[in-house]
Amino acid sequence: MQVFKIPESMKKDAKFTYCPGCDHGIANRLVAELIDEMDLKEKTICATSIGCSVFLYDFLNVDCIEAPHGRAMAVATGAKRARPDHFVFTYQGDGDFASIGIAESTHAALRGENITGICINNTTYGMTGGQMGPTTILGQKTTTSPMGRFVGTYGYPIHIAEHMALCDGTAYSTRVALDTVAHIKQAKQALKKAFQVQLDGLGVGFVEILATCPTNWKMTPDESHERVRTEMMEIYPLGVYKDITKAE
Amino acid sequence: MENEKVLVKGNYAIAQAALNAGCECYFGYPITPQTEIGEYLSGEMYKRNLAYVCAESELAAINMVIGAVSTGIKAMTTSSSCAVALMQESLSYACADQIPVVLVNVMRAGPGLGYIYPAQGDYNQSIYGGGNGDYKLTVLAPSTVQECIDLTYRAFYLAQKYRNPTVLLADGLLGQMMEPAVFGPNPYPEVDNSEWALTGAKGRDARLIKSLGPNEDEQIKLIYNLFEKYKQIEDNETDWEEINTEDADVVLVAFGSMTRNIKATMNVLREQGLKVGILRPITLYPFPNKRLNELADKVKDFIVVEMNMGQMVNSVKLAVNGKARINLINRPVGQWLSVEEITTEAKKILEASYASV
Repeated sequence: MQVFKIPESMKKDAKFTYCPGCDHGIANRLVAELIDEMDLKEKTICATSIGCSVFLYDFLNVDCIEAPHGRAMAVATGAKRARPDHFVFTYQGDGDFASIGIAESTHAALRGENITGICINNTTYGMTGGQMGPTTILGQKTTTSPMGRFVGTYGYPIHIAEHMALCDGTAYSTRVALDTVAHIKQAKQALKKAFQVQLDGLGVGFVEILATCPTNWKMTPDESHERVRTEMMEIYPLGVYKDITKAE
Repeated sequence: MENEKVLVKGNYAIAQAALNAGCECYFGYPITPQTEIGEYLSGEMYKRNLAYVCAESELAAINMVIGAVSTGIKAMTTSSSCAVALMQESLSYACADQIPVVLVNVMRAGPGLGYIYPAQGDYNQSIYGGGNGDYKLTVLAPSTVQECIDLTYRAFYLAQKYRNPTVLLADGLLGQMMEPAVFGPNPYPEVDNSEWALTGAKGRDARLIKSLGPNEDEQIKLIYNLFEKYKQIEDNETDWEEINTEDADVVLVAFGSMTRNIKATMNVLREQGLKVGILRPITLYPFPNKRLNELADKVKDFIVVEMNMGQMVNSVKLAVNGKARINLINRPVGQWLSVEEITTEAKKILEASYASV
């Protein structure tokens, strides 16, 4: 018989504050489960970010520092260089990781820092109410692209996992989703791998997680996951974009 | 060796003093006139198996320092004026989060890109801050290469003691100048940071360093706590140098390397029968407000001499609070005001002052 338990690395008394249907809760839990399973709690330092992803620290029971907007990979670099024997990861949104923080993210990967980056991609700025972000897909309506994102005015979205895979210091880069049980299991394996490459000293482990934002998408949770499966996966295919532990 | 007098350039003095003070990580980006600090440390830290990172920007550099220092070790970044401007948001965070970062600013000319001439245009940037919200940086201003060493030691100590970001505000003249100096041992004790540093939640509850005030009450509490701490810094750490003020009618006020020429100016004016003294703030924050105000009971004229368009002069005005005349001798950038120039200007000011009595 399997008994459901709250992971040790999750705060017991935290009140759930994410919107109904938001995938952050699932991502938070996967991270906590892995920190337990890999016995990392006592040596973990997490650099959180700005946006809804900041609330990770309300739920995760490990040492955390709130990095300024976009700077999580730099803050994580500092923490890891200061404490190389610790486990250091970031938890960021697409805007934080790939727009305002693209320089910090890219250069941490080029330096091959032994840190793990987790990026929740929901194609919008969630906390501020659904504005166009770096991963907003062409045609998507947001409060700052009310006619839909079209190239002439707004340019193109970034493919983060592919971008990170291009950096020579990246050990592992993948894109996963949380829309089905099967995908959640895959996502957990991907996060585990991204943690492990850090522990093995191989360089940056990176996981992009396609996630919902029902409130700002103005969709039900089911409709939101349907959008992840269709619109988003078409533009952002799931898969492993780099894995230096696999022989060519 | 450590008590031997050596001829050393200001930038190298700062770098070596940081190592002596126990700096374990350096993060930086090149900018004249402070690049030698990073160059020196890149080799020295490698030899010592310490962390040196060529950051992709000053913005990244200061945040790497924040990350490193949050784990309880000593770290610093060094930069100059326009690039320190890029760090202002993060300094506000570091104040709010109470992360004891050390930042060395070897000032060059501004505004904008300016040029590599020495200047003192970052007084306001350091004291009032370019970041958001109510916060204060502890700011130390060396005037000699020896003080570059002594105040680097003090910067690391004060940062840790008060968990407050501390700035060593030097300038291009000091950074590029060689002078005899003694490193000595770092005179300050280690500060225990085991109560707050992020070292992994082993045998204790998890720790969270953050500044997000989820509600008004918590945000208000955070700010009042900071300002209680600033009051302690003001009470305990205000430091200045004072010369010949006992009988002075006139007090020259300068900071940093501008102090050097006002000392000679004082001697010239004293020889001419004028009762001139000096007050030189060593800590720019906390500023010696109280002492300036006391002196203003007897002193008729304060003459502030600085290499900018008049920044510290406003602090002196606030401190003196109308009790004496405040005058300014300044040049925005470049060749430091000479003893002759300051003497001539000071005499003009004093003649005009006395004529108006």
